[in-house]
Order: sequence, then C-alpha cells, then structure tokens
Amino acid sequence: MTRQRRFENLALTAITLLAGLIWIFPLYWAFVTSIRSENRVVSEAARLLPDELNLSSYVDALFNTSLIDWYINSIGTSVIITAVVLLTGMMCAYALSQMQFPGRRLLYGIVLASFMVPAQALVVPQFVLMNDLDLINRWGGIILPQLVVPVVIIVYKQFFDAVPKEMKEAVVLDGGGDYTLLFKVYLPLNWGITTALGIITFIMSWNAFLWPFLVVTTEDMMTIPVGITQVNDAFGVAYARIMSVALLAAAPVVIAYLIFQKRVTEAVMISSGVKG
Amino acid sequence: MAMIRNRSRHRLVAYSLILPFVAIFALVFAYPVIEVVRMSFTDAPLIGGGEWVGFDNYTRLLSDKLFYTSLVNNGYFVLLTVIPTTVIALVIALAVNRLSGRMQALALVMFFMPYVLPVSVVTQIWAWMLDFQFGILQPVIEFFTGKPVPVFKNPFWVMPAVAVVTIWWTNGFNVLLFLAGLRNIPEELYEAAKLDGATRRQLFLRVTWPLLWPVTALVLTLQLILQLKIFDQVYLLSEGGPFNSSYVLLLMVYREAFQLNNGGYAAAISLVLFLIIVVISVLQFQILRIGGKDK
Repeated sequence: MTRQRRFENLALTAITLLAGLIWIFPLYWAFVTSIRSENRVVSEAARLLPDELNLSSYVDALFNTSLIDWYINSIGTSVIITAVVLLTGMMCAYALSQMQFPGRRLLYGIVLASFMVPAQALVVPQFVLMNDLDLINRWGGIILPQLVVPVVIIVYKQFFDAVPKEMKEAVVLDGGGDYTLLFKVYLPLNWGITTALGIITFIMSWNAFLWPFLVVTTEDMMTIPVGITQVNDAFGVAYARIMSVALLAAAPVVIAYLIFQKRVTEAVMISSGVKG
Repeated sequence: MAMIRNRSRHRLVAYSLILPFVAIFALVFAYPVIEVVRMSFTDAPLIGGGEWVGFDNYTRLLSDKLFYTSLVNNGYFVLLTVIPTTVIALVIALAVNRLSGRMQALALVMFFMPYVLPVSVVTQIWAWMLDFQFGILQPVIEFFTGKPVPVFKNPFWVMPAVAVVTIWWTNGFNVLLFLAGLRNIPEELYEAAKLDGATRRQLFLRVTWPLLWPVTALVLTLQLILQLKIFDQVYLLSEGGPFNSSYVLLLMVYREAFQLNNGGYAAAISLVLFLIIVVISVLQFQILRIGGKDK
C-alpha cells in the first residue's frame, strides 16, 4: 500500500468514527443533562462537558412518577408477547413447512398477504373489539393485537425448510410424533434464530407506542413509552428530570442491544429478507 | 384402514399446531379487517352501533379539506425522509463496511443505537435539543438563519424537523440492510476488478452499486411504506400543528375516532391509508420479484 493510500484510509476511519460520535451525541447530551441540577441545566445550557454528578432527578423519576408501574407493565406485556409470538409462530411454521394438510397453501398465502396490511389501519375496529371483550386498560388489551407477527412465521418456515430430512428419521423410528420433532429436533437446531427473533420481537413490543397509547387511559396501566410522555405534564419544563426518565425508559432495550448486538444485527437482516 | 386413520391423525396434529396462531389471527386481525370495511359504511360512533349510510363517509372525505392537507403532508414527509435516509444509510454502510473487527462493531453500535429506543424517548431528547430557549442546537440554527427558531411551532420548519428526528431514529435499520447487501457481494469480484486496474470510483460504480441495487430497492420501498404510516413522532412533537402543517392521515384517524367519536368516518380514512399501502406493497412485491429474476 502506498503512503498516500494509507493516509486516506486512516482519514476515512477517523471521519467515520467522528460521524458516529456526532450521531450518538443526542444520547450523550441527554445523559449530561440528566446529571445536572435543574438550575444548571438552563444556566449552563451550552456547556458540553459534564460538570456535576447530581442524581436527584433520577431519584425523583423513580419515586415521584409511576415509572415502576410502567416498567412492570412493559416487562410483563413484552415478555408475554414475545413468548406467545415465538411459540405460536414456530408451531404454525412447522406445520406449514413439514406437514401436509388441506388449506396449507391458503394459510401460507394469508400469512404472506397479512404482511402487507398496516396494523395502524386497524386500530379503530381493534379498539371496539377490546372494548367488547372488556380489555381496555388491561394487559390483555395491550397484548392481544400485538400477537400477530407474520414475519416470525415466514422466517421460521425458511429455517425449518432448510433442516435436512435425515434429522427426522431417528425420532420417527422411535415413534416420536410431530410435537416431539418440533420441540426436540427443529427448535434445538434453530436456537440461534429463535433468540434473534425473540430479541427483535421484545424490542418491538417494548417500543410499541400507538396501540398501548390508545388502549390504556389510566396512568397505572401505561407502558414505558406511553407513560413517559405524562412526565412533561407533571414536571412542566424540567429537562433534567425529563431526560432522566427518558434514559431510564430506554435503559432495558439499550442494555439488551449492547449484550446481544450480533443477534440483533442478524435478526434485522434475516427478518427483512436480505440474508437467510 | 390404518393408513386412513394415520392420515387423519396427521391432519389433526397439523391443525392443532396452526390453531393457536389462526385463532388469534382471526380474532384480532381478520375480523378487524372486515370490521373496518363495514364500519366505514356506517355513521357509528367509536363505541356502539350505527346506521348504514352507504358512501356518505367517502363523499364527506372527498370534500374534507383536512383530508387533502393530510394527504399532501404524508406525501411531503415521504419526500423529506425516504430518499435522504436511503442515501445517508448507504454512505454510512459503505464507511462502516471498510472497518473491521472491533472498530466496525463500535461504529455500528453508534449508528444503530437510536433504532432500539422507544419513540417517546427519541422525541423527548430532540424536543430538549431543539428547545427554543435552551436547546443545544439553537446556536446551529441561529448560525444559518440569524435567529433561533421554535421549530415544532413553525409551519415551515415543523415537517423538516420531524423528518430529521425520524431519520436519526430509524436510519440504523437501513444501514444494516445495506451492510448485509455489501457483505453478500463476493470478494473475488473486487479482486478481479482491482487486477484490471480499477480505481475506487470505478469499483463502486461498476461493482458495488449494480449489485447493491436490489437492497436499495428494498430499502426504498420499506421506507416508503413505513413513512406513510407516520403518527408517533408528529403526535408527540407537534400534534399535527401549527395550523395543521404537520397533520397526517393517521392523526386524522386518531382525532376522528378517539376525540370526536366518529368511528365510521375514522374507519373510512383508515381504509384509504390501508389501500394506499396495500397497493404500494403489491407493487413492491412485483418489483422485487422482477429484480430477483434478473439476478
């Protein structure tokens, strides 16, 4: 490599990292704001470096808002949604991939077609339905409409299709049925994609805004993304506290992402069909 | 006899496997699809039945000025986001793809991180950064315009500002798609081109760009559909204002159904959005299929 080429490469790398730092600056700024006292947030609004470690707004956020309730609601509903979506998705995908039954092609066609339907266009009848089922302001109401995630079935089916037929034989010879095959052979072979789909489903339901916003009207039943918008009204213009609440709200997904980076990357690529 | 019993057993097992999904799907998806169509022909309030009114809601829609405002704003927002985010994501993906190992992982984390944040966290942070009095970005705005601007309260600035926030938030997803596309390009092609003495620019124009086109088409169409469905950010940042300058279709659905109690009318608006998106999805499917055949 020539000297000039090497210099160019170094410069490009530096520019990329600098751009990355600028890109996450809003998060950094939210953090710096959150550890300042409310007075200094406004008086030192242009000081980029952290100059004090004041955790009072975090204390305020945790104890003077319903943040704990919102955490519980978000964790509870997201965990249930993720578990149900994965379980029903893998069962349905297994039948579509490995079994013969009348209506199979029709079902797969419907799954593919529902992929195109924007869920947001269904909020009005879904709300009426949840009202009829008496599920407004309940976990059930938050959860139910979020359980249809066709892409999980499509991805699972692709992976099940690719499992070599020989893997089946031993189980079938032992007299094992399809449930045994699914949970003892196909699922263990696809743990990787299962965790990937699980993480992305969890992040999606944790971040869902429109539906929980519509179906919940009482503060104690709100999920994190809906609940934190209430803080503005409660605190008025109090940016240190608003930023503390925002960062606490984001923490679980940010931590999950940092731990499972590779899986998240993989899941996004696979579920959008660019890699499989 | 045993064969037949076996076969019907096999079917029963298959149906038991699909049943949970099918039951949920029928209840919370298929039924609402039918209901949204039916409701759109009634004068139903949000809760409670209504009378059949034929196409009244649709004729009303055609003479509703706010409907056209919303349509235009939806289109404007698509213009402000789709192509810019695609270009930005491509540039970032190319830059990140050159890096290797930990350096690449670090760069990717920085560019992808906003995508995992809840939308309201994103809007809170940007509302603070763009705060009229104390926002850290106001000096930047002042540098270009000569004075600070309350961006979310200004009819001219509101949509571009929401677009910037949206691109910052969702761009990481597109970066990943481009990265996957770049990784799918066989290294040998570059080696061969380099042996022939190709410059960096030629490598990009002759190898990378043509092979990346299917991913680019995918990103463009996914973004188009996603950005048509905008609600969260405008609701949280500007509530459609000022003077309806950021009013969009889903906001109209929300207001008609949940604030003005016009369920039937809201269903009709939903159905229009629904149809626009289905048509685009079908077109996308066709385009991608043709693209796939070319390969």
